[in-house]
Amino acid sequence: MAIASKSANYRKVKNSLAKWMITLGGISVLFTLVLIFMYLLYVIKPIFESAKVDVTAKFVINEEYKVLATGVDELKEVAYSITEQGKINFYQLVDGDGHKAGEKILSQSLVADGESLTQLINVGQKQKLLIDSAGNVQLIVPSFTANFTSGKRVIIPSIRYPLGKEYLPIDENNATITKLSFAMDDEKAIFVAFTQDNRLIKTTLLAEDDFNYDTAYEVQYQEIDYGAKQVNDILVSSGLSMAFIRQNDQVAVFSLDDEAELKATIIPQLAQNKSTPNHITTMALLSGGSSILLGDDNGSVSQWFEVATDEGREFKEIRRFKVSDNEPVTAIYTEQYRKSFYTETPSGEMGMFYTTSEADLWRGNLHQGNVQALSIAPRADGLVVFSNNELTIFSVKNEHPEVTWQALWQEVWYESYPEPEFIWQSTSGSDDFEAKFSLVPISFGTIKAASYAMMFAVPIALTAAIYTAYFMTPGMRRKVKPTIEMMEALPTVILGFLAGLWLAPIIEIYLPAICLLLVFIPSSVFITAFSWHRLPRKYKTLVPETWAPIILIPAILLAAYAAFALSPVLELHLFGGDVRQYITNDLGISFDQRNALVVGIAMGFAVIPTIFSMAEDAIFSVPRHLTSGSLALGATQWQTLIKVVLLTASPGIFSAVMMGLGRAVGETMIVLMATGNTPILDWSIFQGMRTLAANIAVEMPESEVGSSHYRILFLAAFVLFVFTFVVNTLAEFVRQRLREKYSSL
Amino acid sequence: MNNWFKSGSPWVWLSAGGVSISLISVLGLLGLIAWRGLSYFWPADIYQFEMTDEQGKNLTVIGEIYERESIPASQLVHLNLNIDESAETIERLLIKTGNRELVSLDFRWILVPQINNTSLPAELVVIERRTHGNFYGYIEEVILDGQAVEQNKMLQLVERVSDFQAEMEDLQKSDIGAINYQIERTRLKERKHILDNTLTTQLQQELKDKVVGLKADYSVLEEQLMALREKISRDQIIVRAMDGQKVTINFEDVLQVTFNNKLNVFEKLKMFFSQIGAFVSDDPREANTEGGVFPAIFGTVLMVLLMTVIVSPLGVVAAIYLHEYAGNNALTKLLRIAVINLAGVPSIVYGVFGLGFFVYMVGGSLDDLFYAETLPSPTFGTPGVMWSALTLAILTLPVVIVSTEEGLSRIPSAMRHGSLALGATKAETLWRIILPIASPAIMTGIILAIARAAGEVAPLMLVGVVKMAPNLPLDGNFPFLHLDRKFMHLGFHIYDVGFQSPNVEAARPLVYATALLLVSIIVALNITAVSIRNRLREKYRMLDQ
Repeated sequence: MAIASKSANYRKVKNSLAKWMITLGGISVLFTLVLIFMYLLYVIKPIFESAKVDVTAKFVINEEYKVLATGVDELKEVAYSITEQGKINFYQLVDGDGHKAGEKILSQSLVADGESLTQLINVGQKQKLLIDSAGNVQLIVPSFTANFTSGKRVIIPSIRYPLGKEYLPIDENNATITKLSFAMDDEKAIFVAFTQDNRLIKTTLLAEDDFNYDTAYEVQYQEIDYGAKQVNDILVSSGLSMAFIRQNDQVAVFSLDDEAELKATIIPQLAQNKSTPNHITTMALLSGGSSILLGDDNGSVSQWFEVATDEGREFKEIRRFKVSDNEPVTAIYTEQYRKSFYTETPSGEMGMFYTTSEADLWRGNLHQGNVQALSIAPRADGLVVFSNNELTIFSVKNEHPEVTWQALWQEVWYESYPEPEFIWQSTSGSDDFEAKFSLVPISFGTIKAASYAMMFAVPIALTAAIYTAYFMTPGMRRKVKPTIEMMEALPTVILGFLAGLWLAPIIEIYLPAICLLLVFIPSSVFITAFSWHRLPRKYKTLVPETWAPIILIPAILLAAYAAFALSPVLELHLFGGDVRQYITNDLGISFDQRNALVVGIAMGFAVIPTIFSMAEDAIFSVPRHLTSGSLALGATQWQTLIKVVLLTASPGIFSAVMMGLGRAVGETMIVLMATGNTPILDWSIFQGMRTLAANIAVEMPESEVGSSHYRILFLAAFVLFVFTFVVNTLAEFVRQRLREKYSSL
Repeated sequence: MNNWFKSGSPWVWLSAGGVSISLISVLGLLGLIAWRGLSYFWPADIYQFEMTDEQGKNLTVIGEIYERESIPASQLVHLNLNIDESAETIERLLIKTGNRELVSLDFRWILVPQINNTSLPAELVVIERRTHGNFYGYIEEVILDGQAVEQNKMLQLVERVSDFQAEMEDLQKSDIGAINYQIERTRLKERKHILDNTLTTQLQQELKDKVVGLKADYSVLEEQLMALREKISRDQIIVRAMDGQKVTINFEDVLQVTFNNKLNVFEKLKMFFSQIGAFVSDDPREANTEGGVFPAIFGTVLMVLLMTVIVSPLGVVAAIYLHEYAGNNALTKLLRIAVINLAGVPSIVYGVFGLGFFVYMVGGSLDDLFYAETLPSPTFGTPGVMWSALTLAILTLPVVIVSTEEGLSRIPSAMRHGSLALGATKAETLWRIILPIASPAIMTGIILAIARAAGEVAPLMLVGVVKMAPNLPLDGNFPFLHLDRKFMHLGFHIYDVGFQSPNVEAARPLVYATALLLVSIIVALNITAVSIRNRLREKYRMLDQ
């Protein structure tokens, strides 16, 4: 008895254990789907987050003199300040190397004894032009080297003189310089300056060898004919191609490429047609050096760059950011490598923006009262602010400013493009390339490929389904249905390969034949049908009408053969011997060998079995008494089909088409192999496309983990996921309803 | 006529046309692949064309006919051909001329009207080589160790070299490969001890000695290899190409020498089968454009087996839950929607998920925890065969679920009731009654899942497939099964060779052959699955009665 109850207990435990295990296994399916959804979301989420700015460290530092500039090393471990007295002081920001955080580790004088700094001009993030009280000009770069001693990293600060320690001979006449800017590359440095005696001058230092190795140079002086009494700002673009001179509200642009003549182009005045005119308050160059940002007293910042117009190249206002409601913009700070910028107003209100995506990333106050110097960390992941004898370090979390919902789905005006456009161009060979992430062209490509495939597949699949389900004898149906469904099992890579390497050349050569087929096949069907209809009765019983699909096979093959045989003749007489040339030259349509037609046919084949199988099921399961009733009332087979069967089965047919669409949208290999994968916005049947799925397959292996590109590819996958989810769920829902309806009938 | 239209009969015929087109396309597609794939193995006739070109020069072209097509004559007008003006179309032939070291392109188009004479000389020979592709020409001399010998010695010499080659390959792959693997393992072991701070001087010395020992073994093997290399480079063939140039081919490059035009049908058939054998058992050569596809077959099979191990229990359990345990509630509905959607989500999305979640997140964490010594080069934090198997397991999960559930639903409930009435618990009923009866349905599901997985390429491109894997994921080095390795796959091989290879034209027949192989596997799997299912249905119909 005891043994029996023990074993009964054991069985009970086993039974409930099995139940729990199986339930867990069942739920895990749902869990998997949710996991995919959540994981995709998790990867995508950061691109839509706005920026975060947080204080990471604060040090009280008593500088005796006014701080003119500040900065920090790449790792944010050492910061510096340059004071009016002409001294640079380096401060440790983290404990280490025998220094405590906040301790001064190096102090060095940048000017001769007895002199002080009258001006400091920040050029980019690193270079500083110094003008001392004697009028001497020098270029310095505070630099940092990481040293590894006994496995620990120590940052050692120093001062570099990229153009030598000698004072720079900016003006031949040695007049006092009031405004100055410059830019340099390996071979030359160009200075543009405004002197006290109202001359605008350009001074070029030509390297004898290369400024990276040798600071020896030759000097060339040139005076710019401008006739201004006063200049507010001077900027030289980093590519050494342009100089921007601001005089009150007027900005003049000089092309520096042209050595002989320096001609000014005036950027049109800001804010026309306004009752209260705006006045420009500040000006800054955007990273890349071809855009200029103008801040005004109305609290807005506008971006301008050169655009090709009918009258040549012209500066245009591209976009405008409202920075403040009532305060003027006092300063604009731009990042070194990205097109982000920060703004500041007199009350200390700051804003962070990204030009291309028009993203308003962050707003806030970094400090109370007077800011003496602000600098963006070299990796754009932090800010250093000197104010009221306080050195504050902020961390900036702003990894994907270039991605916003608008930038992904709306037209974006990229630098040097004539107008806003939808562009997908994720990588390029050059360094200063701006990635263009518009999902519109690839989503369009997806829709285009799917539409052509559906155009091809739906008629064939539905007619085949109707015949197989309604007219075919059971014996033949048992053979035909699995054969067509076999197509679904064919790997798409094989369909794609055949489409790209076999079908595409055939279509290119026999294009007229493809058009002829559209006419020949239906007519061959009708002719065969009519001949059968006219056949004497005794032959009709020999080959019954139920054999129609078999009878039609030779007829269709014959029609296809005729079409292909006629193709060269037609080509010769109608299209001057070469259809391709006719299409490109006479019709002006560009022709790709791997085009939408090829994709449509190949992907159509992949979709036919999906649609066929489900539509056939839906039609076949229409209750027999409905059709019997209709036929008994005198309707013909065809009338019964149209008015009763198809009407009843229409939800099922709809869901079959939806499923087919879902498959066509997500298909990767066929599109990858049968098109040129160019992301274009064009419905043309003779051109290719790039779809979301193919784009992922092409670009994902090369994308850097965690980058904006990587996350956008995940977004593309998410879009596909959501789209197919909706389509499949809808189709399934419709099918369920239909099944219930049938069972109630 | 009007009545005929009114009867709707033409429309019935038109819908029959849909069936015909579908049948033509399915069978035509399979036929096309089969024809093109099989003709790759059939020893082709080698033609010699005497022709006159546009400049009036006479020349000889030797090669296989690859393709024929007719083009409108007007497209060739600019060539100033001396041909019949009235012809509307001109036939042209694509000839595979081989001899890649002599001409830049091993294919050329010739126009039929330019051919003066076509012949099939029996003495024409095809030399299949390890590098530079095929050579077509006439044998001039066979040189054995510097001395010209009789030509019939040639086959013997080819065999001798191929024996040596096999020996060398064995040496290189298994012996030297094993030593390299051991050296790498020792280095990693040392690094692991350094990271764990457990490296004693004694241990360090031990490891060092081991490496020295291994290196000594290596130099012995290397000497053997050098000796073999010397041996195989002894003999040469001198061949005359179509333009009269004489070329010396070393026997070490020669794989096979055949006089295709001399072969009769039986000899051709024999060669046909031996070519198929070589195709499935050899490694690829010449950047995958020649040789066999053995590593791709191996990779596909291994990955699919791994996937089967993962997907079968999960899919079967989920199906049992859905059919036997789940109540008619919202959760069940959600589950069904999940199954439908798992089946409908594009495969590339699984690839993206697999790459992000399995490879970078799970794999990256595994590396940090267990394989810190190899960092920064990742072990599991990079695409590999295990992640591919996992990703495809999720992809094929619904296939197994749907098929198993269908099988379960066909089991008459009387059987369950009978078992329960006799006192069995639900779990016992499942294990003893339901599962054995449903096992053919489960088999069907698994076979369908395998067929699906074998043909899927898009997700694999992200999670583990490569064009050329230096090592198989299964070899003689401990732990034998290397789940972290990348692998080759038949489907990806088709994509890669057909679209990424430098000489697509030359590679095309191989792609057709690979496609045929893949299609036959998949079609065979599907037919098996469907016939099992049909047999099962018949059986239950009988049970029901």
